[in-house]
Amino acid sequence: MNSIDFSIVVPALPYLWEGLKFSLILTLAAFAIGMVLGTALALVQHLEVPILAQFARGYIAIMRSIPLILVLFWFFFLVPIVIGYLNGTGRPVPIGATYTAFITFGLFEAAYYSEIIRVGLRSLPKGQYEAAEALSLPTWKIYWLVILPQVIRAVSPIILSQTIILFQDTSLVYVLSMTDLLGAASKLGQLNGRLVELYLTVAVVYFVICFAASQLVAVLKARTAIKTR
Amino acid sequence: MFDVLFRQAPDGQLYIDWIWSGLGWTLLLAFFGWWIAFVLGVVVGVARTMSNPVIASLGRAYVEIFRNVPLLVQMFLWYFVMPELLPTQIGNAIKQIPPPWGSFWPALICLSLYTSARVAEQVRAGIEALPSGQREAAAALGLSTGRTYRLVLIPQALRLIVPSLTSEVMGIYKNTSVALTIGLLELTAQARAISEATFQTFVAFAAATIIYLLLALCAYQLMIFIDERVRIPGTEVKRAKQSLHRLLFRKSGAST
Repeated sequence: MNSIDFSIVVPALPYLWEGLKFSLILTLAAFAIGMVLGTALALVQHLEVPILAQFARGYIAIMRSIPLILVLFWFFFLVPIVIGYLNGTGRPVPIGATYTAFITFGLFEAAYYSEIIRVGLRSLPKGQYEAAEALSLPTWKIYWLVILPQVIRAVSPIILSQTIILFQDTSLVYVLSMTDLLGAASKLGQLNGRLVELYLTVAVVYFVICFAASQLVAVLKARTAIKTR
Repeated sequence: MFDVLFRQAPDGQLYIDWIWSGLGWTLLLAFFGWWIAFVLGVVVGVARTMSNPVIASLGRAYVEIFRNVPLLVQMFLWYFVMPELLPTQIGNAIKQIPPPWGSFWPALICLSLYTSARVAEQVRAGIEALPSGQREAAAALGLSTGRTYRLVLIPQALRLIVPSLTSEVMGIYKNTSVALTIGLLELTAQARAISEATFQTFVAFAAATIIYLLLALCAYQLMIFIDERVRIPGTEVKRAKQSLHRLLFRKSGAST
């Protein structure tokens, strides 16, 4: 085998950067969808909304029990069918891999975010709920103005840790031949036979980003700890 | 609707046999991966709590490296990159290993090391959660460092972290699916193969999903059983706090 030569990585950088951008955008989109939906899933459980609460529990249990790769396969098969059904034509509508990836990761991560928020809702002192009720705030205001801001702040380190995991998990779009950071390295490497150098480079890039972000988690943890004291 | 699984596949078997074969590889990988990860995780977790700064920082480096690189990237490093970095003869010998073992061994190493870093963090949290009086009392009795850990700290710490290890156990069997990227025909890969061979995508994925759900249920029940068997009476108060604690220290099940 030819010797290892990292100089071939330099011309590959623009393409890898395109891949990294996709990884980051996918992370952001999934974070936004996942947080909104996850908060909703946590709230219907916390408020014991009939039917919806059971649905939320079942949904979360299933999402947390099956591998993300299988979820990806499921959604790439189902999403076009569901959209075809929704727009009334009844025929599958291909909406493109990118959007399907956004939807899949968003719906998948919602299950994990909602578990974090649910624990946060439970750990908030009861007095907060009682005081808000004593002020005769309507339920949505109790949650929107009083409860959720405190909960989100308290669990923000855990949310960030989960988002780091989400960022790492976006590499799994490789199984759908999409061009994220890892996909870009893999496609280039198969063209020029330099898989070794490219995979090592990608590993270092992931490590630097995730390590830096996990240091930020430590800082956040220290800060939220002082605030609650 | 599952009747398609009992039709004959091109290779003469029934499609359901593909599922069983996939399940076999998933279980084999998860089972052995778990025990290697558990042993390594205890060693590294203990190292992180040692007062010797060199050992402690080696432990930290181990954990940071294996936690901050995506599992799929690690899988490729073991499968594609490792044989190239070894001396040519050994590297070629590794590449000659016939499938499926040629995929199984790298997958096993990868999954074990990845999970061990996560177990190590739980073990460390467990040891640090013990009152310092335990370590001091052991020292007062004249126990050596090795015996303090072996007889006093580790037995208590492991009992404490059984609930948080549940998510790691569930993580490892889900993460076995990543091995399909290096060609191991485990459960998810077989489901996809059936879907491609029969066009019965729904049935194929539903069968795999049901099996994964059953596995999750078994793992969950098993961990509850173990927790009840090894629990030290009087430690339940600590456990109530653990749900938040657990959330703080878990990765996720890789999510994945």
